[in-house]
Amino acid sequence: MITVENLTKSFPGRGGEVRALDGVSLEVPAGTILGVVGTSGAGKSTLARCIALLERPDAGSIRVDGTDLVSLSGAALRAARRQIGVVPQTDSLLRQRTAAGNIALPLEAAKVPGPQRKQRVSELLELVGLSDKASTFPDQLSGGQRQRVAIARALAASPSVLLADEPTSALDPETTGSVLTVLDRVRSELGVTVLVVTHDMAVVRRICDDIAVLEHGRVVENGKVLDLISAPGSRTASALLPELDQISQQHSAGYDRVADIVLVGFAAIGALLPEAASRHGVELSLLGGGMTRLNDTPVARFRIALSGERADAALKWIGERGAVVRHKPTLVAGTAA
Amino acid sequence: MRTETPWSTVFELLAETGWETLYMVALSAVFAFIGGLPLGVLLHVTAPGGLRPQVFTHRVLNFVVDVGRSLPFVILLIALLPVTRSIVGTTLGSTAAVVPLTVGAIPFLARLVEGALREVDTSVVEAAITTGATKPHIVRGVLLREAAPALVAGIGVTVIALIGYSAMAGVVGGGGLGDLAIRYGYQRFDTRVLISTVVVLGVFARLVQFLFDLGARGIDRRRRVTA
Ligand SMILES: Nc1ncnc2c1ncn2[C@@H]1O[C@H](COP(=O)(O)OP(=O)(O)OP(=O)(O)O)[C@@H](O)[C@H]1O
Ligand SMILES: [Mg+2]
Repeated sequence: MITVENLTKSFPGRGGEVRALDGVSLEVPAGTILGVVGTSGAGKSTLARCIALLERPDAGSIRVDGTDLVSLSGAALRAARRQIGVVPQTDSLLRQRTAAGNIALPLEAAKVPGPQRKQRVSELLELVGLSDKASTFPDQLSGGQRQRVAIARALAASPSVLLADEPTSALDPETTGSVLTVLDRVRSELGVTVLVVTHDMAVVRRICDDIAVLEHGRVVENGKVLDLISAPGSRTASALLPELDQISQQHSAGYDRVADIVLVGFAAIGALLPEAASRHGVELSLLGGGMTRLNDTPVARFRIALSGERADAALKWIGERGAVVRHKPTLVAGTAA
Repeated sequence: MRTETPWSTVFELLAETGWETLYMVALSAVFAFIGGLPLGVLLHVTAPGGLRPQVFTHRVLNFVVDVGRSLPFVILLIALLPVTRSIVGTTLGSTAAVVPLTVGAIPFLARLVEGALREVDTSVVEAAITTGATKPHIVRGVLLREAAPALVAGIGVTVIALIGYSAMAGVVGGGGLGDLAIRYGYQRFDTRVLISTVVVLGVFARLVQFLFDLGARGIDRRRRVTA
């Protein structure tokens, strides 16, 4: 588990100090994946680097499994570092060592004896699906393979926490998939707590349990992805759910009610709306939206329009089934917003 | 018109002085490596932003290395006479020349080592730091290892510089090819010996360059630009 409290970090810049982190607090529960998102310069890497003990924060505390990291030094610091695996934003493999040699580095640091080291390295190569690349040098690996070697290296000393900074930023969608699969297994099979920095919402969609949105060094949104998705107006929802913005107002003309509904975890999303219509004898049209998947959970957002006397009852019924219903103004006067 | 030295004598002279040069250069290269490598590492790790920044130590080392590099070798040769005497027991001969050669080459190599280490990517070093490795381990297992091709090339450059410095060894009776060129070519206007010496020195330098290039490339695992 990672607990960050009130973290502040400034850098000297040309036009005065740059506040990279401005009182960041967040928590990554054990065995979950937190996605840290935000625009370029928001402070994502600085946050990851502070937790990785590569930057010393100006103020605030960082605890990993209860140990306060900020005050450590010497051997205690090195021991704490072994609990934290780091996949840096930039390519960081030793180019003069093979894939296996790179993965062995943390094991050398932990003074793991030779035979055990070999054994562990081959386990890790297998975990990231690169058993056949053990003696290949980084320059002969593809970007995705290099990234997986970096992940294997970060995991070598069996850390309880893994920090990955933009692990998929330079990769095509398919390779991104293979790297994300590895991170997912790291969480579910090894129980490692993962913090992944990304600007790609697809990463959040695929593997993250929690999300923290950073803006100008501040956390502006933080919570479970599935909770935030149904919170009206959340950034997470607008970024992850199917778009509705492009639906023109004209389309809602002539209906009695227009509403946006968000459904999370419905196995039979397709059946819900027709049933609502037939039960209440209303005419229901889909104006837009669609379905998607968050990790294993199906989620949907639709804009629907209803006509009929019992339109409100139908919406209420949908809401009672667990959907988040938000009324939209129609072009017909007198409807609730 | 003077009679030129017969070819058979030229070859004898070249063989004899060639060995002297080889002896002086090889021996001082080994000592320069032993002294220059740690000094270069120290320069690198004590620098601001290095593994173990030490402003004062870094300044002192920088100063010493700069002075050592800027002194003309002949001056070093003479200035070090007392030191040479106390180490070798004499100030004359090839072995005596090894002392100033080594002292001259150490700062030269140290700078090259520092430059080679600086080329190692910061993110690679940071990644090593995050593994919880100790600093000596990072120096050995990461910095020196990643910089190995550049280090080999740097040693090659140092050896060639030593061949150049060793021409001055005649001043202390160290002999060598350079001394031969000065004695016969400059003092006796013997063009045959002069040119032969130049050719041998050139071949020698070329060979050193070739071997070290080969070594540097042989151990380099990075992708090469193939034109
Ligand atoms: N070492 C540094 N020295 C000076 N300023 C820095 C340093 N590191 C980061 N900054 C500044 O801190 C701010 C946050 O940088 P950071 O790298 O954390 O952003 P980021 O969210 O990771 O961006 P990106 O998505 O582009 O990687 C930026 O304004 C950056 O210029
Ligand atoms: Mg970044």
